[in-house]
Amino acid sequence: MRGILLVARRDLGAYFNSYWGFAVIAAVLVIDGLLFNAFALGNTAKYSAKVIEDFFYWSFGLTAIASVFMTMRLVAEERQTGTIVLIDASPIAPWQFVGGKYISAMVVMALLVLSTIYMPALVFVNGKVSYGHLVAGYSGLLLVAAACSAIGTLASAVARSQLVAGVISASMVGFFVLGWMVAKVTDPPLNDLFSYMSFFDRHFRGFGRGQINSEDVVFYLSIVFVSLMLASRFMAARRWR
Amino acid sequence: MIEAQGLTRYYGDFAALRDATFTIPDGEIVGFLGLNGAGKSTVLKILAGLLLPSAGKVTIDGIDATTQPDALRRKIGFLPEDPPLYGEMRIAEFLEWVGQLKGRSRAQVRAALPEVLEQCELTDFQDRVISELSHGYKKRVGIAHAIIHKPDVVILDEPISGLDPQQIVQMRAVVRNLTANATVLISSHILSEISLTCERVLMIHQGRLVMDGGPKELGGRSSEGRLLRLELRGDRAKVDDALAESPLVSKAELRSAEDGLVTADVSLTGDHREKLVAELVTAGFGIRAVSDAVSELEQVFLECTRTQVLDKKAGQRVKV
Repeated sequence: MRGILLVARRDLGAYFNSYWGFAVIAAVLVIDGLLFNAFALGNTAKYSAKVIEDFFYWSFGLTAIASVFMTMRLVAEERQTGTIVLIDASPIAPWQFVGGKYISAMVVMALLVLSTIYMPALVFVNGKVSYGHLVAGYSGLLLVAAACSAIGTLASAVARSQLVAGVISASMVGFFVLGWMVAKVTDPPLNDLFSYMSFFDRHFRGFGRGQINSEDVVFYLSIVFVSLMLASRFMAARRWR
Repeated sequence: MIEAQGLTRYYGDFAALRDATFTIPDGEIVGFLGLNGAGKSTVLKILAGLLLPSAGKVTIDGIDATTQPDALRRKIGFLPEDPPLYGEMRIAEFLEWVGQLKGRSRAQVRAALPEVLEQCELTDFQDRVISELSHGYKKRVGIAHAIIHKPDVVILDEPISGLDPQQIVQMRAVVRNLTANATVLISSHILSEISLTCERVLMIHQGRLVMDGGPKELGGRSSEGRLLRLELRGDRAKVDDALAESPLVSKAELRSAEDGLVTADVSLTGDHREKLVAELVTAGFGIRAVSDAVSELEQVFLECTRTQVLDKKAGQRVKV
């Protein structure tokens, strides 16, 4: 655990010293704010619950995209700058390194997700919002951030450069997000598989409506576990070559 | 004590290191000398627990690098040619972090920090941000990071590369300071640097250890069978005759140049440079220039590899 916290502590510092973390958070907040105003609030009368559901719909996509940008540098940057030697020459286990990197990314992603709270809070002014709806929606967003960040960590562990890591990560996240569209044009049993793997259509809509299904929680946590385990295996294989 | 037995490392089909066997007692300062691509960094990376040997075995104080890599990494401080530093951190903050990464407690690292900063002459700079430091100071921070956890073996890969002459002198002092507490291994392709810093030299050529000895022995070898380039004024046939008859010369290759000048690449039977020049001047030739036909390091390599070939022809086992 000590190794994980050491890596996470330094990496968190790197996010905010390089302004990368601030830049991504600022960009997401601006875009999310515009989308909230234009589409979630809109010009027509809506129930508050529908406004919140639309807010989570747009926030889902932005959270997934932000995770890709936030994680692409995690391991690939260390490899590019040569600082990976510090880790390779230390008695720290690959899973500790990957765990620390992931935790630092998740702290930043959690800050990002929670900093959007002012938007649903505005609905309180003229509407009626269920706290349970908000808790469920934000739980969903945090789980999406967790899964996408884990995929990004895996991509960064595999790739030699940040750009390649970003492309791999975006492709994988894109596959999981848009899988439901592919499911519509494929035959059984592939359509069932694509449909089940869909981050949004199958596993997020419930959160957006204020429901927490244990099946969806387990799905996202499974993605996190498998991705981080694979990332650790890649790091271990690369360390001793 | 470091014991390497038959270390071999392949990159694909290319053998970067072949059958290297050596023993290094505690507290020694040993230089790995060789041209670029000779295999120096490969040996050091294997010793640092960064590379797995394709064959052979290495132990440090009985700890096997292959089976107990984490235990080995605790005993090693490794500085690659480009210091692995996080530019956004301050020196003291970075060293504290590295010390803990190497398995020491925060209290242990904080206790060791003043001495390490002093050893590397960084005390006055400990609050500086690393990215703002000059190359020489970054190298010092690199050395400090390699010793912050009090390792038994410090491995420095090309520690003086990219430094200016003043920084080289300072770095030499820093490196010598390290030997009080640890065995120090250094790699370099600069013969004079290794001679000045190390007690013992292991020379690597094309992945093989071709010499193991003290710097004096190395200096002696570099004058045996020396290749000189002479630029003379005189008749080519007469120069050819004079060199052929000289007992100081084992072989000479001549080329004619413009304005009656002759260039001769001469292989000597020993270090007879002054005698040969005197002989040629006495014979009436004008000496325009005398220089090494190949670099000093190449001279030593040529001598070492020639000896090895001869030993092999004689069917004897080569001592490395």
